[in-house]
Amino acid sequence: MSTNTLTGFTCLAPIAARDTVLLGHGSGGRLSGELVRDVFLPAFGSPELERLNDQAVVTVGGARIAMTTDSFVIRPLFFPGGDIGSLAVYGTVNDLAVGGAQPLFLSAAFILEEGFPMSQLRRVAASLQRAAQACGVQVVTADTKVVERGKGDGLFINTTGIGLAPSARELSADRARPGDRILLNGSIGEHGIAILAQREGLEFESAIESDCAPLHTLCAQVLEAADGIRCMRDLTRGGLSSALNEIAAQSRAGIALDESRIPVREEVRGACEMLGLDPLYVANEGKMIAIVAPEAAVSALAAMRNHPLGRGAEIIGTVTEAHAGLVTMKTALGTARIVDMLAGDQLPRIC
Amino acid sequence: MKYIDEYRDGAIARALASDITSLATRHWVLMEICGGQTHTIMRYGLDELLPASIELVHGPGCPVCVTPIETIDKAIALAMLPDVTLVSYGDMLRVPGSHSDLFRAKARGADVRIAYAPTEALKIARAHPERKVVFLAIGFETTAPANAMTVWQARREGLTNFSMLASHVLVPPAMRALLSSPDNRIQGFIAPGHVCTVVGYREYEELAREFFIPIVVGGFEPVDLLEAILMLVRQLEEGTAIVQNQYARSVSYQGNLPAQQILREVFEVADQKWRGIGEIPQSGMRFRREYAAYDANHLFALDLIAADEPAECISAMILQGRRKPTECAAFGTRCTPENPLGAPMVSSEGACAAYYTYRRHAVATAQETR
Repeated sequence: MSTNTLTGFTCLAPIAARDTVLLGHGSGGRLSGELVRDVFLPAFGSPELERLNDQAVVTVGGARIAMTTDSFVIRPLFFPGGDIGSLAVYGTVNDLAVGGAQPLFLSAAFILEEGFPMSQLRRVAASLQRAAQACGVQVVTADTKVVERGKGDGLFINTTGIGLAPSARELSADRARPGDRILLNGSIGEHGIAILAQREGLEFESAIESDCAPLHTLCAQVLEAADGIRCMRDLTRGGLSSALNEIAAQSRAGIALDESRIPVREEVRGACEMLGLDPLYVANEGKMIAIVAPEAAVSALAAMRNHPLGRGAEIIGTVTEAHAGLVTMKTALGTARIVDMLAGDQLPRIC
Repeated sequence: MKYIDEYRDGAIARALASDITSLATRHWVLMEICGGQTHTIMRYGLDELLPASIELVHGPGCPVCVTPIETIDKAIALAMLPDVTLVSYGDMLRVPGSHSDLFRAKARGADVRIAYAPTEALKIARAHPERKVVFLAIGFETTAPANAMTVWQARREGLTNFSMLASHVLVPPAMRALLSSPDNRIQGFIAPGHVCTVVGYREYEELAREFFIPIVVGGFEPVDLLEAILMLVRQLEEGTAIVQNQYARSVSYQGNLPAQQILREVFEVADQKWRGIGEIPQSGMRFRREYAAYDANHLFALDLIAADEPAECISAMILQGRRKPTECAAFGTRCTPENPLGAPMVSSEGACAAYYTYRRHAVATAQETR
């Protein structure tokens, strides 16, 4: 055979400008970050928005009001452990809760596709109301739009939430400091795998349910038990990895994780092995992390474990001076590797 | 988890690494063929556990990376046709062709679907007789039988709206090409366990004899790879050159005979282009004449589409083990997984992407201390 085939190597030029919106722009990964940085921040550019937190905290007549908004485009609409209605409440409640706010009021906007079954809409509305009651929030305003058949995907929901943030607390993704501990309230990846299993018709020995849950009382309990909480984040699309990468970038600090401390249920691990996924990137809807000053870590962990949604809580890592902006992880073999932010996402519309 | 935990056990891994350290009396250059193995080495930092005398170089065994650029161009051209539904594995969608990728085609209105198995494309074809469903089928001997089976099934059912744009590659001819190069540095191979699960390892014995090189069929977990490295080092130190099977829980000498039979039924061996490498004789598979009706190349007259890859990155040097990804000036700056300059940065199993994803902190630290 010819021996020069390997030296006449060839390559390709990069594809430069992103001239259209890609699915990956909605993944919560690096492409989403680019979209915010290149399009929305230059357009809106308010100081509060530029902090890139899950919620804004603004002062109105002496009161600190927390506000957040989220849209829900999940498929399937009904999944093991929840549905789009309860998710639309918990998602927004959690974004307020991790900002240290007490959630109070919600708006709910429905974008419906012509031909969507009324029975399903009733089911979703009832579920949304039950979830709101369970969280002690009221739906105080709502909107409906109907788009032509084929111009929507059945049902999309947007909710906006308002809450009261006690004055003393300053929680933000840029406040992590070397030495701080990273707390996680339980096992990761259940929501994403439950959705994927349902969507792809995969069956496992025991059903995996979404972890979809409201985190406001857990957050309040942690804040009450310990000073020195720097920042909290609920883990949604993009998983644990995206949340930690954002904090590392905004705080200009490194984050070092210990793989053996990160709880992942056996069924989720099995499903991830089979599907070629890393649980660190799989979506959650009832998990949160707290970045806590070292002296407050023990009491914060105890407070977490004392709550039904935090029984499996662990200290999973430390904020470091080294590798600023990067998340690294000590593997089971004792070696270290990077936990990178994904560019996009191959699981369409997890939440 | 059984069959997983024991192969990721830190104590076992460290014991194997220490055996390798005490056994190796000189510098040895070993290549793992498969991208899945490269991925494990980087993800678990196996290079950190090994002595400096063991140099691992990363082979061309990433099917996404080596799929020719013109196959991607053809897939995009097909996807843009109004009556075509193009189905493929998720990984293929972000592989750049000459000017675009399938994600961008999808954003422009092309009907592109992600599947976990080729038979999902058959389901779409049955449900939508008005659509021409094309499966973009790539892969080594591992995935090829499932693709062959799908074509066989389509013919048996008499489906007329299903076809396949296939780009299959074979491992042994690529190893032969590497070993025949005058600049070859490779002294031992970790052969790809999943490929051998299908085809067995008889063909590898010919290579071992002809080039007097030890080959160990290896698995994909950290302990598998360390054990395979230990077996190679032992052979090298003793001066033997035979094929050994580390991955015996999956691989037999004969391989999977029904899978081989379906492969031969649908495809025949042909010359094949490899992205980043060039054409390697007898290293691919084309449709047999009886199955030509399922060859999208033939059906849609795609032979007219040709693409040249501009020479810019050092991928061939990397795929031959003559350079490390981190020795490339573009690594991590102009060339990243989002904007790959070359094949090995394209898929998560490519050598450059694996370095970038898991190991660039170590590179940064090394540069700081230099």
